Parts: sequence; structure tokens; C-alpha cells
Amino acid sequence: MTRFEITALATAAFALALAAGLALAQEGADQPNPPRQEWSFAGMFGTFDQAQLQRGFQVYKEVCSNCHALTIPFRTLAKPGGPGYTENQVKTLAATYQVTNAEPNDKGEIFKRPGTPADDFPRPEAYPNDQAAAATFGKAPPDMNLLAKSLKYERGFPWFVFDALPGLEYQEMGADYIDAILNGYTKPDDPQWNLYYPGHKIAMPQPITNGAVAYKDGTAPTLTNYAKDVSAFLTWAAEPNLEERKKIGLRVMLFLFVLAGLLYFTKKRIWEEVH
Amino acid sequence: MSGPSTYVPKSAIGRWFEARLPLMGMVHSSFIAYPVPRNLNYMWTFGAILSFMLVAQIVTGVVLAMHYIPSANEAFDSVTNDIMRNVNYGWLVRYMHTNGASLFFFAVYIHMFRGFYYGSFKPPRELLWIIGVIIYFLMMATAFMGYVLPWGSMSYAGATVITNLTSAIPFVGNSIAHWLWGGYAVGAPTLTRFYSLHYLLPFIIAAFVGLHVWALHVPGQNNPDGVEVQNVDRDTVAFTPYATIKDVFALSIFLIFYAWLIFYIPNYLLDPDNSKVANPLMTPAHVVPEWYLLPFYAILRAIPNKLMGVIALFAAIVVLALVPWLDRSPVKSAKYRPTYRFFFWVFVVVCIGLGYLGSQEPTEGTALIARILTAGYFGFFLVVMPLLSFTEKTKPIPASIADAVLPNKPAQAQA
Repeated sequence: MTRFEITALATAAFALALAAGLALAQEGADQPNPPRQEWSFAGMFGTFDQAQLQRGFQVYKEVCSNCHALTIPFRTLAKPGGPGYTENQVKTLAATYQVTNAEPNDKGEIFKRPGTPADDFPRPEAYPNDQAAAATFGKAPPDMNLLAKSLKYERGFPWFVFDALPGLEYQEMGADYIDAILNGYTKPDDPQWNLYYPGHKIAMPQPITNGAVAYKDGTAPTLTNYAKDVSAFLTWAAEPNLEERKKIGLRVMLFLFVLAGLLYFTKKRIWEEVH
Repeated sequence: MSGPSTYVPKSAIGRWFEARLPLMGMVHSSFIAYPVPRNLNYMWTFGAILSFMLVAQIVTGVVLAMHYIPSANEAFDSVTNDIMRNVNYGWLVRYMHTNGASLFFFAVYIHMFRGFYYGSFKPPRELLWIIGVIIYFLMMATAFMGYVLPWGSMSYAGATVITNLTSAIPFVGNSIAHWLWGGYAVGAPTLTRFYSLHYLLPFIIAAFVGLHVWALHVPGQNNPDGVEVQNVDRDTVAFTPYATIKDVFALSIFLIFYAWLIFYIPNYLLDPDNSKVANPLMTPAHVVPEWYLLPFYAILRAIPNKLMGVIALFAAIVVLALVPWLDRSPVKSAKYRPTYRFFFWVFVVVCIGLGYLGSQEPTEGTALIARILTAGYFGFFLVVMPLLSFTEKTKPIPASIADAVLPNKPAQAQA
């Protein structure tokens, strides 16, 4: 068994896998994958764009929150690495919501009161639980806490290998998917036909169109912008620690590289005597 | 290598302690003065890496257990809303634990394939190998139960698939499944008992790791040339500082991969379906286990009969324990066994192929390939190993480890 034969075997195995992967990918011709977008938070040094997160929050608040729950605490909107609202802005925002108090009052009645930053965003008023929502819509609108993390599409071989490599890493599948869905209502006569949804029939009719939300910072009020901004916001909602994670990660990687280098030379020095 | 330690502590308090509990002597004779072959390569560093990962999993797991709530109603929220958002650095501990499990298996597979390649399972290390197979099986059980704990969609589906395997057993199968579940389907009682066992098993693993290291230290390490130590002075070096520094360096490289996973691609190995809460009425479109269980999943699905599939699944693990009696070649290392080496690499490709098929939905075409690869998997153990044991034309092995490694010896290895 020579080196050549081993190399030939390995190449044959790889080629077979590649062919299989490509063959499986052909089935997706009329079911296109969400196109990859550019995101400010992608890559090793990615960060959220605060203005984008604030616009995305506005889109969520004015459009999506009517049906979709997002049960994160109000105070997270002021945390570093997020939309960057001030404490006062968060307090004012929370007070505009009526939240159900956890404990009944002295008379034993469940009551509502204005929200505080410590409270979670309340669920949509009309749909307090999944069964009520499903009764109205046919299918319960998914909670948005982890929506961006729960969406995927087949990458196929060899792309799923590249998705893990430094420089090529792909963690933004959810954001691309949400953006694609929102832009994917390409048949005006069928409000539930979506280009990117598997099987094309989606329970949610087109939720947002051009001009639906008036941006305050001068960004054009177009569907493409709404889709990008709300996708970024939902990615933050699913991964609020993304910026801190990448920042700490850089320090850890640098430390480990230096450590590995030092250990390598120490090892060589120690083993010199033996060789 | 075996026998009482020769360590004499330098301080009076040390001697007082040592006379009552010879702990320092044990550490000295096992990890400082202990002789290791001088020709070990980096494939031998994975034992230390695995020990580190076991400790890392236990430490991160204990921290997670302080915040996790093992109730079907609250488990998902306790992980995704409490630990990941509210607990300080909860996200870090959780990512360390999930990605640590994957790297734990990555290291164990390299460790096992090292054993296959260099014949580390051969006499007198058969029991060492069998203890290793037991550890591997316990790891699989622990990982499976751990995956159920977040109570996501895939957690629930995976629990259902694997516990349903027991219902394949004739006559008593259904009763066993109900007993395991604590009900008529996977539910809240299943979650709490999996939590209890998931907390318990790593400590059982630790006990077996202790036995594993003990069983190793009796004959000592195998080595890449497969020639046993004949002369301790010429063939070996002391564990500290030589193996210690090599292990620590290899660990630092391993930690770079660990850090890359945790900080930059933490969700790469996490199935997105597990970011949805478990709903018994909604099964994920594609039910797949974590990557390290995929080859066995492929074998299970390759056999058309339910009971035979389950038997094939367990046989695929049990056959590992039989390897010392299946491969009887007197030459240990594949370095000197060209035909075995070829089949070893075919086996590696078979395992990777089975893993890939395990991740895909079974179709007409892939079913045939899965069966061929399953035959290849069992064929490596049951056909290739016994056949090659005595019929293989091996290369001449070196006279000793020193001959294989030291350049100033005239009696060179002819490999």
C-alpha cells in the first residue's frame, strides 16, 4: 500500500462525497436558499449597529408585536451590546406597557400595572397563549426570543465544512432567513405564497410593505430596509451577548496563541537533551 | 512501573502526611517518575486532553446545574432565558458545556483511532481497552441524556427515538419503554430522571478513568513502533518534564479549537430545531442526533427490521470490546503492517461516510450505500482483522524503541 494508493483512495472518497453533496443540492432549484446578506455583526470582529437595532426594534414594536411575543426584559434594551437606549428611555418605554402583576393584590385580584425595566415585554394582548393564537390564525406565531437561532436551511457538502472555518464562518443563517422571508412575498395575488418558505405556503400573510413604518433617523422606509433592520434586531434578541462574546474571544485567542507558542519552545528546549 | 513509590518528601510535615496517606508518593510514581517510551508522538497526548475535558464538563455542568430547572414546563426557559441572558456569563458556561461535549467526543475518537492504528488494544492491554470501551459507552449515554435536558424540539425527538429502541425487544419491550419513560411517552418524569442520571454518570466515568489510568500504568504506554519497552534507561524518559510539557502544549492547541468554537461559532454544532421548545405534537422535519452519534444512527437506519437495527446498533459498540481477540497479529503497529494500514484508512472513510449518511434523510439511493458501509464497518472487525492476523506480510519491526528512535545506533529499523 503505497502513498500514491492512499492518496488516490482519499481523493476518490472526497470526490464521491462532493458528487453526492452536489446531487442532493440539485433538488433545491425551485426552492431557492435565502441569499446571503452582509451583516455588521458577522465575522470575528462583527458588532451590532445600534441605529439599525433601534430601527429594527421600532419595526418589531409597531408591526410584529401585534402577533409575535418577545419575552425579554425591558432593561436589556439598555444593556451594552444592544440597541443602546438610555435607562430613562427604557423606563419611559416600559411605563407605556400594561403588565400583569405576578402576585394578586390584597383583595386577591390579578391586576395590571405600568411596566418597569425589570419586567418582560408582555405577550400580544389578543393572543395570551399558543392555543388562542392557533385558533385565530391556524398556526401560533412563533415566539421571537430565539427565532433567529431556530431557522436553518441545508447547506450541503462541502459548504457546511467551510461554514466553520475562520474567515468563512457563517453564523447568520437565521438573519438571512428572516430577511429572505420578509422579502419573499413575490406573488401579489397570493398573500400566503412565499418564495423562500419550504413548500412556498406560509401561514403568515405579508406582514409589512413599503412605507408601513416611519423611520425617525432618515433611513428610507422601504421593505428591504425594514427586513434588514428587523432581522438584525431579532438576531440581537436571540444573541444579546454577541459583541461581548466576540470581544472576549479575541482576547482568549490571542492569549492562547501566545501560550501555545511559549509552550512549544519550552517543549523543544526540554526535549533537546533527550534527542 | 508497578510497586511502592520511592518518593521521600523533603519537609517534616510532608513525611508526616506521607506516612499516613501516601498521596504524594502516588502522584510522584504515576506522573513524575513514571517512565514513558521516548518515541511517543502527539497522538498520545489525547489522554491528557480527555482528562482535562472531563473536568471541564463536570465543572461547567455543576455551574449550569445551579440555574437549570429540570421541569418540563421550565427547563427550556431556564436555559434559554435565564442561563443564556440573565446569569452573569451564563452564556459562556453554557456554550463551554455544549461545545465541550462535542470536543470531548472529537478527542475520544482520535484517541480510539490511535488505538486501532498502533495496536494499543493488544496483549497485555486488553483490559485497558475494554475499560476504554466502557467509558465510551458511558459517554454516549451521558451525552444523549444531556442533550434531552434543554427540552428543545430535537431533545424531545431524540429522547423519543432512542427510548423507543427498547420497545423493539420482544415480549418485554413495551414494558421496559414505559418503565424508562415513567409514563406512556417521553414526558416530565423522563426529564427529571435523565437529569439525575446525567449528573451521576460523569462521576462513574471518572471512576472508570481512574481504573483506565491504573490499568495503563501496569504495562505502560504502547508506542508508535509497537515494540515493548526492554530497557527503561534507553527506551524511556520520565513523565515529568517530558510528557508533561508535551501534553500541556497539545492541550493549548486543543484549547484554541475549543475557544474558536465557543466564541465564534458556538451555534455551529447546535441544531436550530433545539432552539424551539419541545412540542409533543410537532416533530422536527429531520430528526438527527448530535454529530458524534451519527454513524450509529446510520447503522440503525440501514437495517430494514426494527429489532435487527437495534441489535446492529448495539453490536457496533460491543464489537469494539472484542477487538483484542479479533486482531491477533503479533505486530502491533500499523507502521509495519501495510495491508492493515490500508484497511484502517478505508475504515476511517467508512465511519465518516456513515456519519454523513446519518445526518441525511434516508432515500432509496442512500439506503444501499448505508448498507454497504455498515457491512464495511462490521467487515473491518469481523473479517479483515482476523484474516490479516496471521496471513499478513508485515515489515520487520525494530529491535527496540531505542533502535527505532536514536540516530546513533547502528542497528537501524528497516521500515
